[in-house]
Amino acid sequence: MNAVWGGAMKMSAAAIVVAACTALPAVAQPDPSDWAAVLQEARGQTVYWHAWGGDPRINDFILWVADEALSRHGVSLTQVKLASTADAVARVVSEKQAGQDQGGAVDLIWINGENFAAMKGKGLLFGPFAEQLPNWPLVDVAGKPATRMDFTEPTLGLESPWAMAQLVFEYDSARVPAPPLGAGQLLDWAKANPGRFTYPRPPDYLGTTFLKQVLYGVIDDPDLLLQPVDPATYDRLTAPLWAWLEEITPALWRQGQAYPANEPALGQLLADGEIDIAFAFNTGRASAAIAAGELPQTIRTNTWTGGTIGNASFVAIPYNAAHAAGALVVANLLLDPRVQARAQDPDVLGFQTVLNLSALSGQDRARFDALDLGIATLAPHDLGPALPEPHASWMTRISQDWIRRYGVAQ
Amino acid sequence: MTADGALRFAPRLTLLLMAGPVIAGLAGTLRPAFEADGMARLLDWPGLARAVALSLGTGIASTLLSLAIALGLVAALQGGRLFTLILRLLSPLLAVPHAAAALGLAFLLAPSGWIARALSPWATGWTQPPDLLILNDPAGLALTAGLVLKEVPFLLLILIAALPQADAPRRLMLMASLGYGRVAGWMLSVLPAVWPQMRPAVYAVLAYSMTAVDMAIVLGPALPPTLSAQLVLWMTSPDLSIHPVAAAGALVQLGLVLAALALLRCAETGLARLGCRLALTGRRQIWADRWLAPLAAGAGLLVVLLMAGSMAGLALWSFAGPWVFPDALPQRLELDAWARAAPGLGPAALETVLLAALSAALATGLVLACLEAESRFGLKPGGGALWLLWLPLIMPQVAFLPGLAELGLRTGVEGSTGAVAAAHLVFVLPYVFLSLAAPWRAWDPRIAVAGAALGATPGRIFWRLRLPMLLRPVLTAAAVGFAVSVGQYLPTLLIGGGRVTTLTTEAVALSSGGNRRIIGTFAMLQLALPLLAFALALALPAALFRNRAGMRPGA
Repeated sequence: MNAVWGGAMKMSAAAIVVAACTALPAVAQPDPSDWAAVLQEARGQTVYWHAWGGDPRINDFILWVADEALSRHGVSLTQVKLASTADAVARVVSEKQAGQDQGGAVDLIWINGENFAAMKGKGLLFGPFAEQLPNWPLVDVAGKPATRMDFTEPTLGLESPWAMAQLVFEYDSARVPAPPLGAGQLLDWAKANPGRFTYPRPPDYLGTTFLKQVLYGVIDDPDLLLQPVDPATYDRLTAPLWAWLEEITPALWRQGQAYPANEPALGQLLADGEIDIAFAFNTGRASAAIAAGELPQTIRTNTWTGGTIGNASFVAIPYNAAHAAGALVVANLLLDPRVQARAQDPDVLGFQTVLNLSALSGQDRARFDALDLGIATLAPHDLGPALPEPHASWMTRISQDWIRRYGVAQ
Repeated sequence: MTADGALRFAPRLTLLLMAGPVIAGLAGTLRPAFEADGMARLLDWPGLARAVALSLGTGIASTLLSLAIALGLVAALQGGRLFTLILRLLSPLLAVPHAAAALGLAFLLAPSGWIARALSPWATGWTQPPDLLILNDPAGLALTAGLVLKEVPFLLLILIAALPQADAPRRLMLMASLGYGRVAGWMLSVLPAVWPQMRPAVYAVLAYSMTAVDMAIVLGPALPPTLSAQLVLWMTSPDLSIHPVAAAGALVQLGLVLAALALLRCAETGLARLGCRLALTGRRQIWADRWLAPLAAGAGLLVVLLMAGSMAGLALWSFAGPWVFPDALPQRLELDAWARAAPGLGPAALETVLLAALSAALATGLVLACLEAESRFGLKPGGGALWLLWLPLIMPQVAFLPGLAELGLRTGVEGSTGAVAAAHLVFVLPYVFLSLAAPWRAWDPRIAVAGAALGATPGRIFWRLRLPMLLRPVLTAAAVGFAVSVGQYLPTLLIGGGRVTTLTTEAVALSSGGNRRIIGTFAMLQLALPLLAFALALALPAALFRNRAGMRPGA
């Protein structure tokens, strides 16, 4: 019996020790403009980066970044693998509710769009810090306005970009010799090939992005999408989108009675030959998946006439992060030309860089020029224009309406 | 004397450890339901009626079906060679985590899945997958099938553990001598005796089936999903204003589970009356044997085949090179997925073992203390106490874990291995108790009397007689606890604050990426750890008692 009671005692002793450790004395927040002090404070810290953990390639890349952070700056980086980024947001919210205004568990979040808007709106972010980072001058703010404008929400330096993404369509060239180049052509193709196209079910991020892409194609004045939704004109403006969906739904995979859950599930359908056309928010995904033997050799990518939606991925630091200095060092490291070139390598991630290549030294530029983009990846000049993300209210409103119309099977 | 006092207090301490976290968590999670008109907004959600119907329908259908298969197998086949075979094949499947089972089954049954690949194109003529709605069907049939596969092994093992106390062989002999058929004899004489012991397990299965999240997401409908799957979507939504709706939904979910349990309770009474009336007719119902034995055997074998096929499919994917429809097998086998998973595997596996060993050991100790207190002081667990023990399994996890996590945050214990192990204990202990109670109580008390007559103290009787003699069931119960701990996802994630990484948290995070190869590697490891624990539970007594003929199994 003593062993049992001893065990119970040890448990509570451990709990007390942990409680004592978390109640550390107050520390001043680091000042990103005093970079030497940031580096000094960061040395020896362990940064917990909460990032979606669903892609082993991304997890491997973060492991590599962790090695760099340790060898260059003495910062240990640990990825907390999330099934959904919102878990990290919920975590910071519950810390705030519990009154834990310092020593929080989340040091860095991979974030954008709705999650960023939610945290910014609730005052849950540290900063501004992004534009004081030493590597910030390399960022292509003129050529890639999405680096400072997240779903039309000004970032105000509260998050730092680390990768560009653009919607590309992936198709099996063995079955689809001439892929559709717009919403109208896609509709015609789907009717001629019923059951061979689908999209992730909203409110999934990629699925809603697809609806916004269609809306871009059927709306008369696309500039209206950059304004918040106006309830007075919303029904009229989105009527063509719903008409388009009404027409295509019977020709969708499973006649629209089931939808894949997210981007990986959509990619799996393409890999299994259940559909012929898919899409991704990563121009290099198809090449990387072909190289890994996950997609057939015949998959190619294309974009639509007039452009496809593009946006940036960011990192942000919660207001109560326990290791804000270390997180700043990692955010800056992610903008390093060597790290950016590695992320753009299709064998690694295939993400597009946020940097302005002409601002780089010759040696750093060469790293990018040397990259072989892969068999299915479009060259940057073939991608066509990147359309700005509509205001975040469109995402919310459209996915709500989609759920009302298609998501509850009435 | 003090040891005696502590022992006397053990049952109460155990109940406190079980019920405390659940009640504290419930209070924390449900509080927001009454704020910001969460309930009104929930009632406005157009999918509510369907989601509720789906939760009820799939939960009740899968519980009744798995119960019928488990009862049918035991009633019609127990003692036969086929039964032993089915049991031997099903037991290790108890350790398969729900998420892995769901993903494996999905790959087996999908129109582009393994069965279709094996039959195409030579038998079906398909060169590309047909557009058939098999998974995620609006009626939830695929989900029901998945739940049945997971619950049949569990109910079967519980049933077998409960049988020794029901004195089944003599009851069956009596019924046979009266001319009853085997199945009718079993249902009329043995079932009423084992049912009270099985009831909590059946209720737990019902509650679990109604609230399962991982299976519902993979196999269940999505337009709308079941209420539990929708709750998790809301709770993890970036739109923070929806959280009161999620809390209100958790409250509805709780009410649904309680209503379903009440319904089951009523059905029990009705069936019991029907059984009495049937018995009074005096008909011997021999026909039932002819029909039910092959039916039960067929259902049991189907469960075994589907589960084994699911696991084999995942195992094959973990080694697969390119594998496209309609190839029945991958073009070549590779170690890439294993090499890619390797760096994270070691630490995650270590943490998993640590948590599982800690919580299983603690649970086994507490259960032993409770049972020993029961026999030493003649304490009988009341009905209320039993229900408190089952509370963590009957409550939907999403209804109390977020509140519990907030409590952990406030007290500062959250994020530590100890706190996570304590949270696991809440789920591990009921299963350990369930596995151990029956064999412990079935121990012949005359041995203790003989020991006492020779001058042994109660402590000596426990350490030198009862514990060694019951070592096999004690270790088996610990292994069950170990397996339960390995499978925990939400408690590890929420109480661990994301910093406690186990094979299961890794597997679920990776499965959100849908990569079958990586999912396969983690599923294999998730399966291997509990299997290792079960093997140890079998090997250790065999090695210790290799010189004692009376301690061999079956002796």
